Amino acid sequence: MNITLKIWRQKNAKAKGQFVEYPLSDVSPEMSFLEMLDALNNKLVKEGTDPVAFDNDCREGICGMCSLYINGRAHGQETRTTTCELHMRVFKDGETISIEPWRSKAFPVVKDLIVDRNAFDKIIQAGGFISVNTGSASDSNSIPVSKAKADDAFDSASCIGCGACVATCKNSSAMLFVSAKVSQLANFPQGQVEAAKRAKNMVAKMDELGFGNCTNTGACEVECPKGISIKNIAKLNREYLSAKLSD
Amino acid sequence: MSNLFSSSIGKKLIMSVTGLFLVLFLLLHLSINLLLIFSEEAFNEASHFMATNPVIYVMQYILAAGFIIHITWASMLTLQNRAARPVKYSNNDPAENSTWSSRNMYVLGSLILIFLFIHIFNFFYKIKFSEVENDYELVTGTFRIWYFSLIYILGFVFLGLHLNHAFHSAFQTIGWSNKIWMKRLKIIGTIYAIVISIGFAIIPLFFLIPELF
Repeated sequence: MNITLKIWRQKNAKAKGQFVEYPLSDVSPEMSFLEMLDALNNKLVKEGTDPVAFDNDCREGICGMCSLYINGRAHGQETRTTTCELHMRVFKDGETISIEPWRSKAFPVVKDLIVDRNAFDKIIQAGGFISVNTGSASDSNSIPVSKAKADDAFDSASCIGCGACVATCKNSSAMLFVSAKVSQLANFPQGQVEAAKRAKNMVAKMDELGFGNCTNTGACEVECPKGISIKNIAKLNREYLSAKLSD
Repeated sequence: MSNLFSSSIGKKLIMSVTGLFLVLFLLLHLSINLLLIFSEEAFNEASHFMATNPVIYVMQYILAAGFIIHITWASMLTLQNRAARPVKYSNNDPAENSTWSSRNMYVLGSLILIFLFIHIFNFFYKIKFSEVENDYELVTGTFRIWYFSLIYILGFVFLGLHLNHAFHSAFQTIGWSNKIWMKRLKIIGTIYAIVISIGFAIIPLFFLIPELF
């Protein structure tokens, strides 16, 4: 395959970025999207050009490091797919592929396609944990949790914190991310102890960091590589409002 | 209760509650308007009742407040949402993940607001501040003018699109939704939006169509 890449290049956080076009030939349809970018970078290094900076780590869809807004969609056009799981076979020969970083005030560009997603860590630090002693494995097995709640919590826990929800949301809202963590922990007796405080603190941190307000378009749920449902957002709203109203 | 209403969810709760109040108001408004089709006498009687009843007199101020709060908070939230993405995508394909109306609630709301001003001037203002002998004649006379009918029908199209997203969204914001209820609320919301927009649109058409032939 021969393709043209239209990539956002930005030297550093303060520099003004722009799109640069790179033609790339001999792309195998079996390549993952990141392998294709590796091939481009090899070529750029050989030519003596600064390679394109992009985030990646596990390359098997579980770490949440890869991002990229590809042809107008977070993680590309495939559903429930991270960029590392996206393959070149879904693109056409001769196609021009646009690649942009996540665009959000809360996720500033560090370099090229890399954005700073520390805002998510700050939200987790505000309450996305259980600080009571949950004992050892055998202790936790002795605490009864219904199958339905365990499944529900597991679904919410599958969030990898990639930020596709924020990137996709027309308002750059982080509600899907926050709601996944709040609902996951609210499903367990151990998490219940701090449920009210957690919902309040995480929402307050989310607001403080400059994420937008959810308008329930549902775009996040469609683009989430892990298929986190917006039912979590309804649950977060419930948890938050009842916590606030009982203050 | 500390700073509930300064939080994002608190502000959206205000949107949701005022929105649901307006949703109820529209049902009442439609049921009275449908009398236009059936009986001049019944409509004039209902209209007179609405203009003179003390409960309705108080309610009109609450209704106005509902509109004003809904619009003010929508503007505030929209400004914040725009600020949350200072650099826009150069290539964005949102049609793949969300409906047009869900992404353009503020645009639809603004169009409905323009319609609302025309509507208030056409009827409410005239009935309140000038001598209107027969409310039925005023309303049906306006609908017999084709461009007024067109404005009203367009207004109802915008309203229908707005309500189609608004209904389930309001319940989601309050937290009264889950995976099963989301589907049900979407269906109920769509039925509600169709009933309101078609129900209201029938009335100008009922008086306009005989004029055209």
